[in-house]
Amino acid sequence: MAANGENLNAGVDITEVSTPAGQVPAGTGGIGTFIGHLIPWFFVVLFLSYVVAFLVAPTSVLVVQAFTGDHGFTLSYMEGLADYQYALAFENSIILSLASAAVGLVFGGLLAYAILQPGAPKFLRSMVTSFSAVAANFAGVPLAFAFISTLGTLGFVTVFFKHLGIDIYSMGFSLYSLTGLTITYAYFQVPLMLIIITPALEAMRAQWREAADGMGATSWQYWRLVGLPILFPSLLAAFLLLFGNSFSAFATPYALSDGNIALVPIDISNVLSGNVMSDPQVGAALSTGMILVMAVVLVIYSFVARRAARWRK
Amino acid sequence: MNKRLSLFNWGIIALAALFFFVPLAVTGVFSLWQGGSRYGFSAYFLLLNTSGFWASLWLSFRLAVETILLSFFLLVPSMIFVHLKAQWLKPLFEFISNLPFVIPAIALIDGLTTLYTGPAWLISTPNYLVIPYVFLALPYAYRSIDVGLTTLDVKTLTEAGQSLGAGWGRIIFWVLLPNMKAALIGATLLTLTIVMGEFTFASVLLFHTFAVFINDTGQNAITEAAALSLFSFLITWLFMLGVLITGRRNPANLGGAH
Repeated sequence: MAANGENLNAGVDITEVSTPAGQVPAGTGGIGTFIGHLIPWFFVVLFLSYVVAFLVAPTSVLVVQAFTGDHGFTLSYMEGLADYQYALAFENSIILSLASAAVGLVFGGLLAYAILQPGAPKFLRSMVTSFSAVAANFAGVPLAFAFISTLGTLGFVTVFFKHLGIDIYSMGFSLYSLTGLTITYAYFQVPLMLIIITPALEAMRAQWREAADGMGATSWQYWRLVGLPILFPSLLAAFLLLFGNSFSAFATPYALSDGNIALVPIDISNVLSGNVMSDPQVGAALSTGMILVMAVVLVIYSFVARRAARWRK
Repeated sequence: MNKRLSLFNWGIIALAALFFFVPLAVTGVFSLWQGGSRYGFSAYFLLLNTSGFWASLWLSFRLAVETILLSFFLLVPSMIFVHLKAQWLKPLFEFISNLPFVIPAIALIDGLTTLYTGPAWLISTPNYLVIPYVFLALPYAYRSIDVGLTTLDVKTLTEAGQSLGAGWGRIIFWVLLPNMKAALIGATLLTLTIVMGEFTFASVLLFHTFAVFINDTGQNAITEAAALSLFSFLITWLFMLGVLITGRRNPANLGGAH
């Protein structure tokens, strides 16, 4: 039977490969069946072991380390996160993530809405969507340098404004501040928002708007009473994803500020690289704090996302 | 209904066009600057003759390919099996595929360096990076393969293969994988994009990948760094174009490593 099967298969495929001697077709009974059942489990166990060894174990070690001092269990390192320096890093990271998520939400949402209008030219729509896929993935070091060339102290736009008599740096702007980072992050947050929210906007049915119009609703009433309530879970879910995306960003702020801005990921890297004199436990506590924030954000996200799916087929 | 875009919508589109185009254009102009008012391609020629450029580009590319191979090796057989015979494991797999979102790269590398201080053959070569890179790629690879599997009638295909006497290896390589081509190509290109631009792991572990090379260049040669940034944007563009062409609109294709 099995040999017959091999031949049939060889007849279908043009280039034949020899079957490894050890390979036993499933369903031949006896020891063959046994091995046939074992091989798939081998791969499942392999994958799970990989995850445990290189993701779960390192993370657990960090968490344990964050709570272990010279004399066993201690909360001193986690409490140390309240020290001015680290509290500032967490505060900055959270402010930056909230601000850049808000900017992404508003502008990404409006842009997605604009290009989905029936009156928008088709080529514009596909251009914006494909550019978004690129920009959402264009980040890190190159993005930082693109913005340094643009809005840095010697950037073209900065110099251009200076020629017009406007010195944006003396007006308090700096690319290397939270404001500057928020603007830089917008380069990947806005397109990411557009990609995330487009399915939800497409699921808004034209009939809802027509029904509202038919009953004499103004555009504002339609959005306040129908549109936004329906979109709310999707918008909240998107906001949380954008928040997380910004909160864990490391390469962009590092390249932009050369490691000199108080953000949690930057502080962790400074501990890791030995740039600052501090115990490894401090780094572990910072990492643990970061994971906690991300876990809370994603747990809320998973609840909200389930609600958001209600209006989609 | 009004079939034309309102002024407000045009305003938003124009503002976005300005915001997204200006940094690219400026970076392009900057890369051509040769001091004073002279412009030319000298930054590009300089780069082509820098050994670090080719070495780091090749290293990042090699790591990306290794990451893709390892991810598929770990995911494809086990996911096919879970899909067919062990659906009860699916929630666990889904949970794992989302873990990399919860554990930021910088925290993961902190944990990895704490836990593994040897053996030297593992942690002293750039290949070590492939281990965490698999997790960077995991959410996207998982979702692409999952989409590929759910749109296929895996059960019928597998049973057909088995009744013809094919073993698991043959079914996977000759029946299932060819049918999941689009999904796999999407995941491959996305992984390429992410790994080619990855900075966090490589910079902490002090390996000279492409993103680290760009950062080092930027410390003293800004026009070269601008040229590299533009080049890196073009790479991203190229790969994402491939993603868009092969996989229709696939929600798996989001985000990257920032």
